[in-house]
Amino acid sequence: MSALLEVANLSTHFHSGGHLVRAVDGVSFTLDAGGVLGIVGESGCGKSVAAMSILRLIDGKPGVVAGDIQFDGQDLRVLDESGMRKVRGGKIGMIFQEPMTSLNPVLTVGRQITEAIRLDGSFSNAEARDRAVELLRLVRIAEAEKRLDDYPHHFSGGMRQRVMIALALSRSPKLLIADEPTTALDVTVQAQILDLLLDLRDRLGMAIILITHDLGVVAETCERALVMYAGRKIEEASVADLFASPLHPYTRGLMNSVPRLGDETSRRRRLLEIPGVVPSPAAMPSGCRFAPRCRLAEDRCRAAYPQWRAYGAGHFAACWRAGEAPHD
Amino acid sequence: MTEAPLLEVENLVKHYALSRGWFGAPRVVHAVDGVSFNMERGETLGLVGESGCGKSTVARCIVRLIEPTSGSIKVNGRDVAHLAERDMRPMRRDLQIVFQDPFSSLNPRHRAGAIVAEPLVNFGLAEGAELERRVAELFERVGLRKDQLNNRPHEFSGGQRQRLGIARALAVNPALIVCDEPVSALDVSIQAQVINLLGDLQRDLGLAYLFVAHDLAVVEHISHRVAVMYLGEIVEIAPRDDLFDAPQHPYTEALLAAVPSPDPRNKRKRRLIEGEVPSPISPPAGCRFHTRCPIAEARCKLEAPRLRAIAPGHEVACHLRAPRISGKSAKLNAETAR
Repeated sequence: MSALLEVANLSTHFHSGGHLVRAVDGVSFTLDAGGVLGIVGESGCGKSVAAMSILRLIDGKPGVVAGDIQFDGQDLRVLDESGMRKVRGGKIGMIFQEPMTSLNPVLTVGRQITEAIRLDGSFSNAEARDRAVELLRLVRIAEAEKRLDDYPHHFSGGMRQRVMIALALSRSPKLLIADEPTTALDVTVQAQILDLLLDLRDRLGMAIILITHDLGVVAETCERALVMYAGRKIEEASVADLFASPLHPYTRGLMNSVPRLGDETSRRRRLLEIPGVVPSPAAMPSGCRFAPRCRLAEDRCRAAYPQWRAYGAGHFAACWRAGEAPHD
Repeated sequence: MTEAPLLEVENLVKHYALSRGWFGAPRVVHAVDGVSFNMERGETLGLVGESGCGKSTVARCIVRLIEPTSGSIKVNGRDVAHLAERDMRPMRRDLQIVFQDPFSSLNPRHRAGAIVAEPLVNFGLAEGAELERRVAELFERVGLRKDQLNNRPHEFSGGQRQRLGIARALAVNPALIVCDEPVSALDVSIQAQVINLLGDLQRDLGLAYLFVAHDLAVVEHISHRVAVMYLGEIVEIAPRDDLFDAPQHPYTEALLAAVPSPDPRNKRKRRLIEGEVPSPISPPAGCRFHTRCPIAEARCKLEAPRLRAIAPGHEVACHLRAPRISGKSAKLNAETAR
């Protein structure tokens, strides 16, 4: 199967306060049609900036984007702005953490969805309205027809996220980028939304990139995942392999530092800590960026950035000691 | 004489009046509606629930950041719910609070040392060299460096700011620290540091924590007992192991089932509950959970269930899981209900 999205060596750098901030530094990945890829990492690791860079939502002036982005047979890096506008909200839909900031508060939900549908010009007003009802039903909003005339503030948080998903689906995207789509939601509603996203993937065959800080969300919804730290991709694997045998000490640290629900052995036991904090973008370590916090770090880790290497089929990591590192 | 519990909350109510509509009756937000529980010295009680369930309001009523509408809050046997601020002041030595967002709870113009010293000065507990020594000791206690004494809050990372908030709470040697979502604003790698610190402090100083959080795994990790709230009421309260190993209330079950498991081999059995939390302005009649409950029956819509004990220390408010009949048939009922 040929890839739907191929990102090679993506870098996004900003100039900020006299420093060069390497928000995303040489990140590559591919995503097949209908696949679900998780990008996981803590705040500031570059996961959102990477997604925004793909959609060219990073302002050209202060930001410098480099690399190669092939999507559905198109080279997004050479596409002009009007072509790019067709991709955004067309073949690539996007949803964010806070749906309220992406919806227009003074327009009814129906108006916003029909407008989006009519953007490609092939629907009449009445057809667009029918399609909007269909979309709201698709995202399981009850009494869809009536709710078209409601304003965003009439909807609860979870319902707003459903409206956002309906909007993102309005022009049948091949890829949905979901940036922390459930972080602001309660846990029972989060479960509903994740369930909905997977169901839509199955029914519509679109691929999903799920950006999150929550390893549980990745384990439950994704097929492959890449872990980012300080702007770099540090590990990539199928979700089964990543959780069964994480290679990078940072990935392992993340997994060990969160208590697990229903795990009797971890109750009131000390959690394993990752000491220290993420390096400041203005003062990145020269070698491995995780070395200052890594218990396994040695001289070569501080001297040179580790190579990206395969450790089994489809399992990659950037760590000098990935193969030999003992488990915690 | 038996010692009074550290904290006894009885029938705590907090209602907020909304402005009256043009014609309608005055509307009231039922933020907390008759919450009762006790806490012993040195224990951690986890208080969980989804947004709007009233857990933070309970926490803030206890330290009197919010004036309760009615009910009693006894600290060491003394009711503080309606004390005048002048009489409340000495009680605050026993009751401290740590907030979710340490940045907005620390004065940005003050130096870190002064922030931690402030409660000691306010209560006249130390001055001069003794004050300096105590502040330095607190810094060390929470894992901050002495050379950071003169830094201002913005020079600290999120985790360090939370350490600073904890040091300030510790300064007056409280018996109880109310922790209101203390780690939810922190990255996971930093969360573990703060959770471990809280555990160490409890072990060494015998502190009690009322730990308010929405993250069930964190609450399971840190608590001795757990209370689950839904729409202003406690629906289940139990020792930690009982609650997580054998949850009884359908809402507790639903909450636990909804948490994504960080183990792909163990994908959640999708037993999703429908809908979202109803508005606390007009909570459903009868059992407040009945609109989303997978096992609700006719009476659940009419009659509000009361908390009933089904095992030592394990109370549940559910007509079906904790019915008003003998213990044996209660158990039977619970089994058939599954």
